[in-house]
Amino acid sequence: MRILLFILRKEFIQIFRDRMMLPMLLLMPLMQLLILPFAADMDVRHLKIIIVDNDHSPVSKSLISKFTASDLFEIYAISGSYNEALKLIETDKADIILQIPHGFERNLIREGSEKVAITADAINGVKAGLGTSYLNAIIQNFNQDIALEWSNATSLTPPLDVRYSFWYNPYLRYKNFIVPAILVLLVTVISGFVSALNIVSEKEKGTIEQINVTPIKKWEFIIGKVLPFWLIGIFDFSLGLLIMYYVYGIQIVGSLSTLYLFAIVYITGILGFGLLISTVSHTQQQSMFVAFFFIMIFILMSGMFTNVESMPPWAHTISSLIPVTHFMHAVRAIVLKGSVFLDLWVDMVYILCFDVVAIAAAVINYHKTV
Amino acid sequence: MAFLHKEFLHVFRDKRTLLVMFGLPIAQILIFGFALTNEVKNARLLIVSPVQDTESKKLIEKIDASSYFTVTHIVPTRQNLEHYFRNNEAQCALILPDDFSASGVSPSQVQIVADATDPNFAKTVVFYLSAILGEFQQQSQPAQSIPMAIKTEVRMLYNPSLMGAMNFVPGVIALIMMIVCTTLTSISIVREKETGTMETLLVSPLKPFLLIISKAIPYTVLSLVNLSFILLLSNLVLDVPIRGSILLLLFECLLYIIACLALGLMISNIASSQAVAMMISMAGILLPTLLLTGFLFPLENMPWIFQWLSNVVPARWFFIIVKSIMLKGVGLEDVWLETTVLIGMTVFLLAVSLKRFKIRLE
Repeated sequence: MRILLFILRKEFIQIFRDRMMLPMLLLMPLMQLLILPFAADMDVRHLKIIIVDNDHSPVSKSLISKFTASDLFEIYAISGSYNEALKLIETDKADIILQIPHGFERNLIREGSEKVAITADAINGVKAGLGTSYLNAIIQNFNQDIALEWSNATSLTPPLDVRYSFWYNPYLRYKNFIVPAILVLLVTVISGFVSALNIVSEKEKGTIEQINVTPIKKWEFIIGKVLPFWLIGIFDFSLGLLIMYYVYGIQIVGSLSTLYLFAIVYITGILGFGLLISTVSHTQQQSMFVAFFFIMIFILMSGMFTNVESMPPWAHTISSLIPVTHFMHAVRAIVLKGSVFLDLWVDMVYILCFDVVAIAAAVINYHKTV
Repeated sequence: MAFLHKEFLHVFRDKRTLLVMFGLPIAQILIFGFALTNEVKNARLLIVSPVQDTESKKLIEKIDASSYFTVTHIVPTRQNLEHYFRNNEAQCALILPDDFSASGVSPSQVQIVADATDPNFAKTVVFYLSAILGEFQQQSQPAQSIPMAIKTEVRMLYNPSLMGAMNFVPGVIALIMMIVCTTLTSISIVREKETGTMETLLVSPLKPFLLIISKAIPYTVLSLVNLSFILLLSNLVLDVPIRGSILLLLFECLLYIIACLALGLMISNIASSQAVAMMISMAGILLPTLLLTGFLFPLENMPWIFQWLSNVVPARWFFIIVKSIMLKGVGLEDVWLETTVLIGMTVFLLAVSLKRFKIRLE
C-alpha cells in the first residue's frame, strides 16, 4: 500500500510539472465543449433554392411567396431557365431547384392537376432528403390552401388532421443532441488516450526500465499509473456537465447518481483500453496514430451523428461491441429523457463486459521485462 | 539519389505507421460507405390504437410494409407511452383516435410523437409518417380526387439513393493526404533535428533545396498510392463514380499535395521536438481539416467566424474541387476559382516555408 502511495505521488508530480499535460487535460475539454457544438451542427436550414418560374401567373407567384416566408429556405435566385439553374447547382452555389412549368395555373384549373419538378443536389444525402421533404410539405400546404379557396369547399373530405409532438427536445435543438455526445467523446479521449501516451513516453525515455527493476509489483504500477487519469476523467466529466448546464442550458432530467455510476464504470474500461494500446506500441507517434484510428472509428460507429438502427446488420453488431455506443446512449437517455437504471441495464452489461476484457488483456500483455 | 533511397527506407521501415496509413482509409471508406446512412430504416414505431377495426388494421399493415418503419408494439391506450420511449423500445409513436376513419366526413385527428433526442431523425420520421398517412387517405377514397392537385416530381442529382459515401469520399481523400504529407513530413524532418542527423545532412554537398525535395518525394509517392487506392476502393466497392477527367483530378491532387508538403515543412521550421510537431499538426491542421472542410458538418450552419476561418483551410477548396470533378463531372472552367485559390495558397506556403528553412542549426 505504501509503495502504491509513492507511485501515485510520483505520477501526480509528473502530471502537474509537465507544461503540456495540464493544459491538455483541463483546457482541451473546455475548448472542445465550447467550440465543437457550434461547428458540429447538422441541422438542415437555410437551403439555397432556385425557383425557375416559367408561368409568371398569380398562382405561381403566391407559391413563391410561401418560400420567402419560410426560414428553412433562402431564395438564391429566381431564374428564367432550367439550364442556368443547373449551372448554379454544378458550381455549388445552390442546393435545390423548384421548376414551375409553363401553363401551371391554367392546367391546375382546367385539368385539375399539374406537376412541379424538384431537383436536388444529393451529394449530401441528409440535406437532399430533408430538403425535398420540407419542400414537399410546403407545396402540399399551399395546395390545400388553394384547393379550399378555389373549389366549393363543402364537398371535399378534409384531410386527416395530423398533429406532431417532438418529445424530449420540443424545439428540435441540435445542440441537445450533440453536446452530451461530445462530452462522452471527450472523456474517452482524455482517460483513454492521454494515459496511453503517458506510459509510452516513459518507455521512450527509458525510465520504465528503472521502474521495472524496482520491487514494485505489476498491479501497483498499473493502479498507480491509472488512478490519476481516472480521477482526471471524473473531474473532466463533472466539468463537462457544468458547462452543459450553464452554457448550453441543457438540464439533466434523470438521476445524477445513475449518470455517475455509468461514468465510473465506463472510464475504468477505457483506461484499461489505453493501457492495452500502450503495451503494444513503442513510440509516441505510433500510439498517437493507433489512438487516432480508434477515435475515428468510435466517432463514426457509435451513433454520435447517425442512427445506429439504420445501419446494416454487420455494422450494427460492430457498433454494439463498441463501449462508446452504450455509454453515449446511456448519457443521452439519462440527460435528455430521464431514463432510469432499469431502462439501461443492457448498456451497463455491455460496458461491464468491455471493462473485464480490456483490463484482462492489458494486464496479461503488460510485462515487467522489455 | 542516395538521399532519396535513404528517405524511402525511413518510410517503409516503420511498419505500424504504414499500416495505420493504409488501414485508416480502408476502414473509413467501408464505414462511410456501408455503415453510415442518413436514411431512416426500420424505425421502431409504436401504435396506440384503441379500436382494432379493418381500417386501422389496413393502415398498420401499410406502415409496417414500408422499409422506413417496423411496428414493434400495438397498444390500446397511451398510458405507459413514456416507458417505451425511455427504454428505447419505441422511437416514434402513432396515436389513433377511438373512431379512426380516413374516409369520413369529419377528419380524424391523429397524433405523431417522435423521440426528438436526434432532431434530424425525428423530423424525417414525421415527414415519412405523414406522407404514408396522406397516401392511405387517398387510397381509401378513390372516387373523390382533390381538385387542383399539385404533384411533385423529385429528382436527386448525382446520388439518387442518398448514399452517405458520396459526400465522404472526397473528404477522406483530403484528410488522408493531409495526414500523410503534413504530419508525417513534419515529424520526419523534426526527427532528424532531434537525433542530430540534420547537422550531418546540412554539411553534406547536397544543396538544401534538393534535401527538401528528397524528403518530399517519398511522401508524395505514398500519398499518390494512397489516393489511387482510395479511388479504386470507392469505385469498385461503393460504386462512387469518377465522372470528370482523371487527369484533371490528378493535377488538382498534386497541387494539394504540394500545399500539404509546404505546410509540413513550415511546421518543421517552427517545431523543436516530435511531440510539438505532432501537437501542432493535430490541433492546428488536422482538427480544422476535419471541422472546417464541410464534409462532416455543413459550413453554412456555423457561426460566421468559423465560416470566415474556413476560407484559409486549403482542404476546404480542395474538397469542393474533388467533389465537383468526381461526382458532378465538371471541367476546369467550373472550378477555376477554387483552383486559383489553391494555387495561390500553395505558392504562398512554399515561399514562406522555403524562405524560413534554416540551413544552419543554432
